[in-house]
Amino acid sequence: MTRISRTPQWLYGWLLLLPSAVLLIAFTHYPIVRTLYNSFFTTPRGRIPARFIGLENYQALLHDEIFLRVLVNNFLFALGTIPASVGLALLMAVWVNGTLPGRALARTSFFTPTVLPMVAVANIWLFFYTPQVGILEKMLAPFGIHGVNWLGDPSTVLWCLAVMAVWKEAGFFMIFYLAALQGVPPDLTEAARIEGAGRWYCFRRITWPLLMPTTIFVLLNATINCFKLVDHLFIMTKGGPDNASSLLLYYIYETAFAYWDTAYASTLTVVLLGLLALTALVQFLYLERRAHYR
Amino acid sequence: MKSVFRKAALAGVLVLAVALCLPGLSRAKDIELTMYYPVSVGGPITGIIDGMIGQFQAENPGIKVKAVYAGNYDDTRVKALAALKAGEPVQLSVLFSIDVFDLMDEDVVVPFDELVASDADRQWMQSFYPALMQNGMVDGKTYGIPFQRSTIVMYYNKDAFREVGLDPETPPATWDEMVEMGKKLTKRDASGKVERWGVSIPSTGYPYWMFGALAMQNGQELMNDKGDATMFDAPACVEALQFWRDLGAKHQVMAEGTIDWGTLRQKFLEGATAMMWHTTGNLTPVRNGASFEFGVAMLPAAKRRGSPTGGGNFYVFKQATPEERQAALTFIKWMTAPERTAAWSMQTGYVATRPDAYETQTLRQYVQEFPPAAVARDQFQFATAEFSTHETARVKKFLDDALQAVLTGQKEPAQALAEAQKGAERVLKAYR
Repeated sequence: MTRISRTPQWLYGWLLLLPSAVLLIAFTHYPIVRTLYNSFFTTPRGRIPARFIGLENYQALLHDEIFLRVLVNNFLFALGTIPASVGLALLMAVWVNGTLPGRALARTSFFTPTVLPMVAVANIWLFFYTPQVGILEKMLAPFGIHGVNWLGDPSTVLWCLAVMAVWKEAGFFMIFYLAALQGVPPDLTEAARIEGAGRWYCFRRITWPLLMPTTIFVLLNATINCFKLVDHLFIMTKGGPDNASSLLLYYIYETAFAYWDTAYASTLTVVLLGLLALTALVQFLYLERRAHYR
Repeated sequence: MKSVFRKAALAGVLVLAVALCLPGLSRAKDIELTMYYPVSVGGPITGIIDGMIGQFQAENPGIKVKAVYAGNYDDTRVKALAALKAGEPVQLSVLFSIDVFDLMDEDVVVPFDELVASDADRQWMQSFYPALMQNGMVDGKTYGIPFQRSTIVMYYNKDAFREVGLDPETPPATWDEMVEMGKKLTKRDASGKVERWGVSIPSTGYPYWMFGALAMQNGQELMNDKGDATMFDAPACVEALQFWRDLGAKHQVMAEGTIDWGTLRQKFLEGATAMMWHTTGNLTPVRNGASFEFGVAMLPAAKRRGSPTGGGNFYVFKQATPEERQAALTFIKWMTAPERTAAWSMQTGYVATRPDAYETQTLRQYVQEFPPAAVARDQFQFATAEFSTHETARVKKFLDDALQAVLTGQKEPAQALAEAQKGAERVLKAYR
């Protein structure tokens, strides 16, 4: 007892933090700092060591057409996936939250795509989209739509991948909404109903504001995911045709591990980190203030 | 009581330690080799390799080989290089044949010329098909020994040929014939919907590989032997790309847009295309999956025939000790012996890498029963190196993007290839 009281409290605090701090520093903070550091150097090759070049890698970014292309692609991909998957998630959650026959089955089936690994999903959808023999071709044939080369046409490929991502993601976000909906006190809605409020009004003025913290969480996750999820590109398009479906993280992978240009890959990673940090900041500082927490 | 227990425990630990050390001591002189190995097609490749290694170890006591299966060619190169940089013991690997310049630039590989000592060994180096050695030789030195190798051939549906009145034993031998037959083979229903395309050349995954064939057939190589210059914008290349584009856009015997590498085999098996260009590595799966009679032919010619080789070579790394290098050489020689090569080719569908493998009893019989297995061999006399330069992946990407831009109708061949050439120049001028 006496020995414990002699040890300062703060030491205990630090000791308790130590395991996670070590992991965080070793696998998150140090790599970030190192990435930033590397982005100011050239890539070492064989016997030629890395050389300091200041901001040259960043200047190269501005003239890199593929980089600009993947940036635009990523923006479009975000636009195509985030509102759709969050909206769909909310819709499904509200639906399976009510009383309907076979509710458990509906919940399970909505959640199933989330459980599948992305690589498996990509392999399945690759065949969906295959011209001539794919299921999409067969479904659309009665409507006179045929021979569309969904993944082989630069104007459709990105949207095809977005649809797949929405399908994959919506079920996951639905779970969060479902949990939040269960937490909405029924007396609020009941009181409003007595006052003569309609269903839509109730949703708009009671449920939606109470779901705001969940929406922020889900939006943040959806944004991060659309930068983070690139597994399907390896299977389905390899970023093609002509980079029409390539995303930032996939380009980073190519640069680092196919071209072995680690310095430029570091530079691209810094951009990605910056974008993600910015998203997090906007959502936490701006949206958070408008959210209603109990 | 306590001390008795402690003594017993101590004795137990000692016995255990000795027991663990003994086999280690008796094997102290064993040379242990680690080999990274790429598995780029599905199937039982790892089992086959493990079986070969087991047999090698039984025949060569004193050498232990550990195979690390590391994914596709890119993944394997990444992992092998990472292991080398971390100083881990890796003495040899099977890596992409076209990585040779990059591996030299990283200063990690040792030429086989420095490993071989006897005349027999030097003769062994001469025993492979010259076309397969092209990607492994730089400045007259041999850095890669061919092992898991393939090439492009044309698969065609004999039933479809019969259906439209074409001779199923006479596949197209020229580009013009391919277009002409393709027109007959392309089948549309009343609404104009295509039920079967005449021909399909895949343009995702490895577009540069297919283009290497087209360009060679038009009499043009894509790069020089030193791997420091490309000829993307040569007139013959522009012409070849125009032809590729025209198959869809003008002759309408092939789907427009890009054609997926991975799903093409399925489309062929379902009769959605009458001819396809694909790797010989698909021979066994097509044979197992086809519900119709199919044939395999050499790729057609424009000015000449041509098809690039592909696949993986054995490399030996510099950091291996002299003993390890010799052990690695012993292993590689064993793995590439004619009868092993023959068995390997039959089990996997990869080509046998040396002429005398086709002379073995087993492979001769196999070819007799299944003639398509010989097409790749016969095509070797026209085969060329696969596209390979310094910073291969990056230079290749310029070409891939240009090809896809043209095939999807976004750019004209001359313009796209000129841009690709400019990009390649920018990267490669540093290596001259």
